[in-house]
Amino acid sequence: MTALHELTVAELSKALRTRTVSSVELVRALLARIEQHQQGLNAFITVLREEALAEAARADARLAAGDEGAVIGVPIAHKDIFCTRGQKTTCGSRMLANFVSPYDATVVERLRAAGVVTLGKTNMDEFAMGSSNETSYFGPVRNPWDPARVPGGSSGGSAAAVAARLAPAATATDTGGSIRQPAALCGVTGLKPTYGRVSRFGMIAFASSLDQGGLITRSAEDSALLLGMMAGFDERDSTSVQLTVPDYCATLEQPLKGLKIGLLKEFFDEGLDSESAQRIRDGLEVLREQGATLKEVSLPNLPLSVPTYYVVAPAECSSNLARFDGVRYGYRCENPRDLLDLYQRSRGEGFGAEVKRRIMTGTYVLSAGYYDAYYLKAQRVRALISADFERAFHEIDVLIGPTTPTPAFEIGAKTADPVTMYLNDIYTIGANLAGLPAISVPCGLVRGLPVGLQIIGPHFSESRLFNVAHRYQLETDWHRRAPPGFA
Amino acid sequence: MEWETVIGLEIHAQLATRSKIFSGSATAYGAPPNAQTDLIDLAYPGVLPVLNGEAVRMAVKFGLAINARVMRRSIFARKNYFYPDLPKGYQISQFELPIVCGGAVDIVLEDGSSKRIGVTRAHLEEDAGKSLHEGLAGLTGVDLNRAGTPLIEIVSEPHLRSAREAVAYLKKVHTLVRYLAICDGNMQEGSFRCDANVSVRVKRTEKFGTRAEIKNLNSFRFVEKAINFEVARQIEVLEGGGKVVQETRLYDSDRGETRSMRSKEEANDYRYFPDPDLLPLEIDQVYIDTVAGTLPELPDQKAQRFIQDYGLSAYDAGVLTASAEFADYYELVVQELTRPPLVIPAAPKLAANTVTGELSGLLNRDGVEIGESRVNALDLAGLLKRVADNTISGKIAKDVLEVMWNEGAQADAIIEARGLRQITDESAIERAIDAVMAANPGQLADYRGGKEKLFGFFVGQVMKATAGKANPARLNELLKKKLGG
Repeated sequence: MTALHELTVAELSKALRTRTVSSVELVRALLARIEQHQQGLNAFITVLREEALAEAARADARLAAGDEGAVIGVPIAHKDIFCTRGQKTTCGSRMLANFVSPYDATVVERLRAAGVVTLGKTNMDEFAMGSSNETSYFGPVRNPWDPARVPGGSSGGSAAAVAARLAPAATATDTGGSIRQPAALCGVTGLKPTYGRVSRFGMIAFASSLDQGGLITRSAEDSALLLGMMAGFDERDSTSVQLTVPDYCATLEQPLKGLKIGLLKEFFDEGLDSESAQRIRDGLEVLREQGATLKEVSLPNLPLSVPTYYVVAPAECSSNLARFDGVRYGYRCENPRDLLDLYQRSRGEGFGAEVKRRIMTGTYVLSAGYYDAYYLKAQRVRALISADFERAFHEIDVLIGPTTPTPAFEIGAKTADPVTMYLNDIYTIGANLAGLPAISVPCGLVRGLPVGLQIIGPHFSESRLFNVAHRYQLETDWHRRAPPGFA
Repeated sequence: MEWETVIGLEIHAQLATRSKIFSGSATAYGAPPNAQTDLIDLAYPGVLPVLNGEAVRMAVKFGLAINARVMRRSIFARKNYFYPDLPKGYQISQFELPIVCGGAVDIVLEDGSSKRIGVTRAHLEEDAGKSLHEGLAGLTGVDLNRAGTPLIEIVSEPHLRSAREAVAYLKKVHTLVRYLAICDGNMQEGSFRCDANVSVRVKRTEKFGTRAEIKNLNSFRFVEKAINFEVARQIEVLEGGGKVVQETRLYDSDRGETRSMRSKEEANDYRYFPDPDLLPLEIDQVYIDTVAGTLPELPDQKAQRFIQDYGLSAYDAGVLTASAEFADYYELVVQELTRPPLVIPAAPKLAANTVTGELSGLLNRDGVEIGESRVNALDLAGLLKRVADNTISGKIAKDVLEVMWNEGAQADAIIEARGLRQITDESAIERAIDAVMAANPGQLADYRGGKEKLFGFFVGQVMKATAGKANPARLNELLKKKLGG
């Protein structure tokens, strides 16, 4: 029999319901594995040993009582950006290093109700600002495929944990690529749903108009299963959408015959690593063989997405992070002289360099005299980019391209120059600006490192994305490959 | 140099919703500090605002009442600044696209003419909390009970030309929001307060002078005093050859003066931008029509009806309709006085005089609202019936009302118990006149010698002799006859 940690959520669901394995056994095995690799990978900020075992015991009782829920007893990890009641929720920051959330995020609440067991909280870039997990106050996460390299970010802990088989699935968030980019770099499946599909309530805000909660899993099927549990309207989030959640699993296997795939011309540019480009073309060939047709499409405004993003996201973050002022919770400096000193030192000491850089950038672009030139202009470009996508989706069903320009880079390689770091999200940011769903699936290795293939669809086309990704994964085994030493 | 004052008011009215504008916490006044706060009010990480539909309904009601455009689409924006009583580090307000645009409020000036004051806009926003500096041993406390209470900020055009006009406008808006039941209007508790933008310019010139914004005005009296002080200050500066600087000033009610709080240079850059946590607020015509259907009779309409139906003067109608409760009280009195088979031709005028006169005097004296009047409308009507049927004179009625107010008894009981019935019996009045004439031969001679002014003296003496109970009309008639010899 396959080792427990190798099983996907769908497989675990079966094993738990047929009582082949108990949730407690499973959780024990994974906790041991987490402990074994914590020092090497640093994927977790908090491991919830006692709580997880207690939850597992309750899940086993539910299963014994004949409860039919598909994910009862399945262990997962939460990115430490999701508030979990009574537990530390740090957002990767010194500012919240000792913050215990008094409530559960909607995502956490829904998954809990569905019966999942929470193993712990995963490491992340501070306040989700970063593409390498190097900005975490709790230290960098290492890529299981090569510990000298980054796992990507900001959901680096979630991606590394799933890739290293420490958890079969983890929640994550994506503001400019923070789910897809680490998923690509760690060789796992990462889904960023349509903006509004998953409630943001209880998900600590970075850039509210771009943030979206999603999943890192080992297969599209697992993602479909779990998204069905966490998606849907939430009256506590006015930007969540009142649309019924379809049965994502029901349409996974639909044939791809007639599927019109758009090849994003702008994505196959000189910045794209040539070997990675070949893996993407190989992936496209697999889909073509299943009856899909390929057509090159151009989104002329897409190259503007990085500068647009780096105006809009910092602007929103500068305001969203104003609440961390040392007054009510979180980090407070020692012996403040007066109010100004309290603010300046609490924020100065509580936030890391990248967060401060973005707060300052955002404050600048919203300032009187600069607002029109930066913020307003960025919003106009954002509308143009959205319109580009919309036009493309009149002709094609999904857009496919690379998730990142290169495979995982070395720790420290890009920390000196923020702009090179920002360019790592060049292929992912567009979907955030337009609010579109996108999924990254592993499509091969380059120099022993995973490459991700990104599929972007129209609003609320998650079913279609899962379908394409799943059909691809039925024909390939890249998603089943474990990093050396983690099988 | 002749100067002209230019004033615009920004009125903040707390909307009378039960819960806050973006959270489910209660809004009631006076709870222990921070008892009415939830995670949203405290701006915990990850929480999001959800708009209270009731606050929107109230803002729409206000817009309709001032004949403004109710915007189909309005946008919530963040006003960013740091302060401990502002937990999120920004206030959710409306900036570029407010819910209410335009509209006007008519005020009556002292000379009886009316003036239309334009309203630029009214927008929805949340109130901040309060910082407490007293009794905390040098520390500052923060009470967030008020944080998130819905407000509409009503911004007038700079159409006001004196402190009096500003107060008249403020009172009118105050009346309006209470008619609409969207604000309790309690100025002491801060439910209704305003900032005044004040400038002066040379009379008959176009260009506005530099303005100062006066904050912290929470009574009608302070508004008038603060503006008058500020106008005098600005004129003094200008006449002294100086320049008025654009700044925010605070009114110190203890010293009766305005003080500089911060200059334009020190002003915050609020970095407004649309709040990405809230979708644009969209409302349709059906919604607006539904709200329009719930509007009560408004003060101007009511005053017009009083003038028409009761034959009141514009002044009386204005005073009586200053609050809906006051108008209701008055109408109840009139109703009772005109209930068939009673026929009192001057009933509306009689009721108006008493309600705006003696009753208002008593209410003001004891600082009591009409709703808590110690004499209710039916009892007041009972008193006026006795005036109408000549049981007592108008003068005696004032005394009886005072007794009713103080002791809570009914008019008839007081009249009986104190023997206040009017003397209409001619022989009794004649006897009293004879006695007074006999006792004052000198005055009588003077009167007869042409000093007709002494007539009043004799009236007074006879009234005194009859303890005020002589029927005044009868008395006049008889006295004239007798004095004439």
